Amino acid sequence: MAKRIDVSGLNAYYGSFLAIEDISMTVEPRSVTAFIGPSGCGKSTFLRTLNRMHEVTPGGRVEGKVMLDDENLYGAGIDPVSVRREVGMVFQRPNPFPTMSVYDNVAAGLRLNGKYKKSELDDIVEKSLRGANLWNEVKDRLNKPGSGLSGGQQQRLCIARAIAVEPNVLLMDEPCSALDPISTLAIEDLIGELKERFTIVIVTHNMQQAARVSDRTAFFNLAAVGQPGKLIEIDDTERIFSNPSVQATEDYISGRFG
Amino acid sequence: MDITTQTTKVPQTPQPSLTDGKPTPRGATRPGDRIFLGLSRGSGILVLVIMAAIAAFLTYRAALALGENEANFFTSLEWNPSGIPPKFGIAVLAFGTIVSSVIAMVIAVPISVGIALFITHYAPRKLGGAIAYVIDLLAAVPSIVYGLWGALVLVPHLEGLYGWLDDYLGWTGVFEWNGGAPRSLFTIGILLAIMILPIITNVSREVFRQVPRMHEEAALALGATRWEVIRMSVLPFGRSGVISASMLGLGRALGETMAVAMVLSSSFDINASLLDTGGGTFAQNIASKFNEATVIGRDALIASGLVLFVITLLVNGAARLIIARRKEYSGANA
Repeated sequence: MAKRIDVSGLNAYYGSFLAIEDISMTVEPRSVTAFIGPSGCGKSTFLRTLNRMHEVTPGGRVEGKVMLDDENLYGAGIDPVSVRREVGMVFQRPNPFPTMSVYDNVAAGLRLNGKYKKSELDDIVEKSLRGANLWNEVKDRLNKPGSGLSGGQQQRLCIARAIAVEPNVLLMDEPCSALDPISTLAIEDLIGELKERFTIVIVTHNMQQAARVSDRTAFFNLAAVGQPGKLIEIDDTERIFSNPSVQATEDYISGRFG
Repeated sequence: MDITTQTTKVPQTPQPSLTDGKPTPRGATRPGDRIFLGLSRGSGILVLVIMAAIAAFLTYRAALALGENEANFFTSLEWNPSGIPPKFGIAVLAFGTIVSSVIAMVIAVPISVGIALFITHYAPRKLGGAIAYVIDLLAAVPSIVYGLWGALVLVPHLEGLYGWLDDYLGWTGVFEWNGGAPRSLFTIGILLAIMILPIITNVSREVFRQVPRMHEEAALALGATRWEVIRMSVLPFGRSGVISASMLGLGRALGETMAVAMVLSSSFDINASLLDTGGGTFAQNIASKFNEATVIGRDALIASGLVLFVITLLVNGAARLIIARRKEYSGANA
């Protein structure tokens, strides 16, 4: 079940350093939203506030509201662990569990959440690997270590692992930046399929990628190093790349910055 | 800077080409490389020479004694190398050494892993640092001090534990206590556990600290609790390191001499109960008997030392096998 994300007045800190300031935005269910912006502008930090991963960094702290449909992720009594079971995440570098087989990697999240019969697990693992367009490549080596796959396959394995638990939202932090162009294309195609089922937020440094995969694009920027990152604008991707309403966005996407 | 004048200068000072001078078969013709190669190769060979020298010494002297021995060296429960004829065997020592070391491992490994996990993953940074520092100090305590402490403090305080074990586990026979002084192999096991705790903790701590952040985040992002992160990411990554750490500890436990000699009330017999006074270990036996031993007595002790040497080698070999067996899963390639 894809859910709507509604962020309002969000600040995130590292210790006393304000990393992102006063961010508000809405992400529609079953859509892909891309975050773009220069390094250090806080887009990854913001992404990590959406599944409460920011606070696992020492000193990490968040103020503000993140509503997932009508539940505030930062509300009193909300367990960050259960938030992360609802909001899946794929990281910049593929990080399958190196000691686990392909099968166990996909099943890892399910085993955390409860007891499944072997046949149920088999079904979900196959469905998730198919969902990640990886099944045909690994069906004969399910019991081999996940770390033996190629980089692109590992990243799709991580996506399979994330979608196996049927999250409401899928966050992707530069999922293709460590991959070659062909693997990148495979992931981008996959994102197009996944948005039928999930709300997807993707951070990318590749503006063509943002233009190819996303429905909406958010541009982040920071005034200077040491200043907090801010959301400059969020709009339909087509509009951001053709006729953005803020001059800074236009400068950034056309390469006139810094 | 004027680029044109730079480029015109180049032909005047021709650069040595790669094929100039002598052929460079292994690329080590520069003096620095040669010296360093010699030093490092020499150090490597030195280890082998020392190892071979020790093995040769042990084997030669042991052979002298074994030639005179009238009893079965491996199964005899006697130790009388100066008798006529000389009779001695290592069964008691092998039993005592292995039993006390196994007890030490059973106690020390889980506690050490727990401490290491606490320092790296649970404790606030300052508290973790303080604990790590204290553990380092513990490693620096000389074994004679452990021996003193064991004999004067630990032994008198173990009677309660012995009584408790006898009450609840006495029926197994293994924990039957006859009321003697608690200077048994079990006490030695506890003492050795305390002595090997720092090394296992320190090595495990280093391994756990090196767990890549991205492996832990992988588990966290799936909704793992802190314990589940440790189970899914930290322990599998640290597994081979913990095994090596344990083997280092085991090596120390097997060879520990002074503390054992001071605490154990040794006698040359094998008891069914771990709590019975008596027994002995290789190192303790050598230390206690060496001064008053005859020539053949010394050689017999050296023969027992050779056995300890071989056991230690086997333990290390086994550890390497365990580590290598699941190498493709080790996480080293991640």
